[in-house]
Amino acid sequence: MSEVLLTVKDLKTYFFLASGVAKAVDGVSFTLKKGETMGIVGESGSGKSVTSSSIIRLLPPRTGKIVGGEITFDGRDVLKLGKKELLNFRGKDIAVIFQDPMTSLDPVFKIGNQMVEMICAHQNVSKKEAWDIAVEALKKVGIPQPEKRMESYPHELSGGMCQRVIIAMAVCCKPKMVIADEPTTALDVTVQAQVLDLLKELQEEYNTSILLITHNLGVVWEMCDTVMVLYAGHTVEYATTKELYQKPLHPYTWGLLDSMPKLSEEKKGELNAIPGAPPDLRLTGNCCNFYNRCPYATEQCKQEEPPLVEVEEGHFVACHRQNKEKTLVRGEVNQSE
Amino acid sequence: MSDEKKVLLKVRNLTKEFTLKANKFGEKPQILHALNDVSIDIYEGETLGVIGESGCGKSTFGKTIIQLHKATKGVVEYNGTNIFQLKGSELKRLKRDIQMVFQDPYSSLDPRKTAFKLIEEPLLVHKLIPNKKEREQKVLGLLREVGLDIHHAHRFPHEFSGGQRQRINVARALSMNPKLIVCDEPVSALDVSVQAQVLNLFNRLQKEHNLTYIFISHDLGVIKHISDRIAIMYLGRIVELCDAKTIYDNPLHPYTKALLSAIPKESPFEKKERIVLKGEIPSPIGDQIGCPLAGRCPHCKEECKHNIPKLQEVEKGHQVACFLYDKE
Amino acid sequence: MEAKKQSEVLSVTAHEEMIKKERRANNVWNKLKRNKTAMIGLVIVVFMIFIAIFAPLLTSNDPDEISPLNAFLLPGEDGHIFGTDEFGRDLFARILYGARVSMIVAVGGTIVAGIIGILLGLIAGYMGGIVDSIIMRIMDGLLAFPFVLLSIILMTVLGSGIINVIIAIGIGNIPSFARVVRGEVHIVKNEEYCNAGRVIGVSNTRMLFSHILPNTISPIIVYATLNIAGAIISEAALSFLGLGIATPMSSWGSILRQGKDCLNTAPHVATISGLFILVTVLGFNLLGDGIRDVLDPKMKK
Repeated sequence: MSEVLLTVKDLKTYFFLASGVAKAVDGVSFTLKKGETMGIVGESGSGKSVTSSSIIRLLPPRTGKIVGGEITFDGRDVLKLGKKELLNFRGKDIAVIFQDPMTSLDPVFKIGNQMVEMICAHQNVSKKEAWDIAVEALKKVGIPQPEKRMESYPHELSGGMCQRVIIAMAVCCKPKMVIADEPTTALDVTVQAQVLDLLKELQEEYNTSILLITHNLGVVWEMCDTVMVLYAGHTVEYATTKELYQKPLHPYTWGLLDSMPKLSEEKKGELNAIPGAPPDLRLTGNCCNFYNRCPYATEQCKQEEPPLVEVEEGHFVACHRQNKEKTLVRGEVNQSE
Repeated sequence: MSDEKKVLLKVRNLTKEFTLKANKFGEKPQILHALNDVSIDIYEGETLGVIGESGCGKSTFGKTIIQLHKATKGVVEYNGTNIFQLKGSELKRLKRDIQMVFQDPYSSLDPRKTAFKLIEEPLLVHKLIPNKKEREQKVLGLLREVGLDIHHAHRFPHEFSGGQRQRINVARALSMNPKLIVCDEPVSALDVSVQAQVLNLFNRLQKEHNLTYIFISHDLGVIKHISDRIAIMYLGRIVELCDAKTIYDNPLHPYTKALLSAIPKESPFEKKERIVLKGEIPSPIGDQIGCPLAGRCPHCKEECKHNIPKLQEVEKGHQVACFLYDKE
Repeated sequence: MEAKKQSEVLSVTAHEEMIKKERRANNVWNKLKRNKTAMIGLVIVVFMIFIAIFAPLLTSNDPDEISPLNAFLLPGEDGHIFGTDEFGRDLFARILYGARVSMIVAVGGTIVAGIIGILLGLIAGYMGGIVDSIIMRIMDGLLAFPFVLLSIILMTVLGSGIINVIIAIGIGNIPSFARVVRGEVHIVKNEEYCNAGRVIGVSNTRMLFSHILPNTISPIIVYATLNIAGAIISEAALSFLGLGIATPMSSWGSILRQGKDCLNTAPHVATISGLFILVTVLGFNLLGDGIRDVLDPKMKK
């Protein structure tokens, strides 16, 4: 039983647009323990990225706002942090790795300068020491000739190399937690495998927690201890990875698992797709957001928001037809057009 | 697949080189070898999957066939005629037969046109249905065929979701009754659940219209699902070509093996042996000497560094370009 | 959605409603209304156009009527709202009628420049290669000419008069229009949807006018609006130099020129005409910036 590092409880982040309020995150709860990796999976617009930017309090000013819920990080209330504390919080406590490695580095500065600046901002070291720390970090992430690379500009490196540099930047301040927002989506499979291996190694070495945001279930199986499935801003299922794979409970999770074309599959048949498209986030709320695509939906699903209940120890699900008394059996999900 | 397979498209020694502008004045312009000596037959009614990492030339392959890029060398024969020599009305006629579905559903539709106008455009351009009423019926029919609603007709692209936009793209291509559709990563920008819908759509349309697909993707799962045969590309060359099933059961080329091993697991319980290729994909710029994989291959021999292996049939219907299988 | 519609929350009709709502919210006019600076600019511009159109109704004085006895009256004196100039002509009337000339010249000049510049820009941008080089080098040549010098040459050749001023301003502004359009075409023609069109077999003319032009129109509108502001100043400058509008017809520039000669005795003549120029130019600039804010910022993808 390791210590809990991050608790998010019923987080609600809304975007106030001219055409209405988009409930980008509308009830997300999870806990992340020290040294663990948690995956957040969901489709685009399900609120994965907004959840992570809410945790580091980096939302677009004016339009985006956290309207409810609690975020506790290492005993501190993140929502109450002041401006100065936030600067230290991001970077030193939590580091973020973004999807596109090419755009997260400033193209006009040398990699070395960017790393040194970052290290000096968070650690009490001289420029010279910071330089050494940076070289050390680059070596650690497996970049050949780190001293030479310090003098390169980002565009001189490949995507995989850039992502390594960013990971090096993330770990050189020894953060307690790393948020990896689709860290390998822009990379090729062979490079993706390398980057994922690297993340695992670093985690073992520093005992960092990782919050891995991805749409690729394969990456989740590869990396994560626990996994949360998001749909339309809502946590629909939250369990350990193995449990989720063996005993998924939410109809959406079933659909998600079924829609993946599998390599080991023999035939070129129909895929079990989920019909329809995710809902408009300005319309959701006060109902199960999945009811219009769910083959098991009842009248209750249209009227009430399903609460997130713990069905088994550590296995949470938000479905009206899936709780301690009633259980829904995974049956004919196949309703493809 | 029966034995009397008819070759629809015959690609011979297709090569595409891009000339890069010199950085410094007086410097010799460099040549980027995007596509090197690709030869392949595409049979009627089949789906040829093309897979590879970014920069391997798979998109260039599609775009050269569709003539968005002008081929540097080589011949593409469609029904016996070299398509690169067609001009004027013959070329226009050909464009009806060979169509393309683009990767990014967000940028491949003109943002200022409604779904109706977008689907109607090919009919207007080729003057297929002069009668306005009939044309309207045809467009609405196409909308339904790709799984959209009639009331979607007057929406603009940004009012659709990614999957729906890709359906519009498909309807556009379909309106000309093409024989061959080049699909350039048509599902990679879509979410898993929507991706499955679109893949099903592709499969259904293929059966109904007897279409031939060249399906380009970097996702082996998708490729395996949709293709009959798979071509694996590396640095502008086809390194392995075989049936979809064989690629998973019996991959031969070292690169294919590495690619397969790099794919994330399919369950948390699966144990995977990873074959790591050292380093990164070499640059396609400049002269190409030796096997493209030579610098990264664990089985690299002296021969590999100097000669380029040819694509040879090793087993029935299984071609590999690797010296390891040369004299078996 | 209200409680009674609960069961309809995610229905197709609700989604349709949402799309309509979004269309309304993203409507250019509605967005413009929410943009304060744009609205200030728009009010100024509409006001100036209004006084230009309804000049005869707003004053009963003839702008060209000379009464030497009433020369240099101060604003407000003897029923002359803006006072009179050296010949005793009513300045209020002259400003109103001058607005007509200034507006027509500025808008007309921009239209002339716009039509020719857009065409040249489209062709240069789309064709590329040698055609592009030839057109753009000519444009560069035109641009290298100082505007006033160019206008002096043109006006000397053409003679004064409204139409000629329009032509002079028009020609002077062609290069910048062509450049803006060419740049936009370069971006748009490499968009995937243009490739998609090519695959389908869309002809060049259709491509240019049905796909590329509509997608470059927003920056063109923005540029045209800002260009009108520039054209007002150009016209004023030409008239100030005595190359523009011939007397007795008045434009703001020519009033300013008269005011210059009597700056010590009657400063109001130059001040008032100058203020009108300033406010109008400001108005067009604010409007142009506002339109840019609404149309340009990475048009919602």
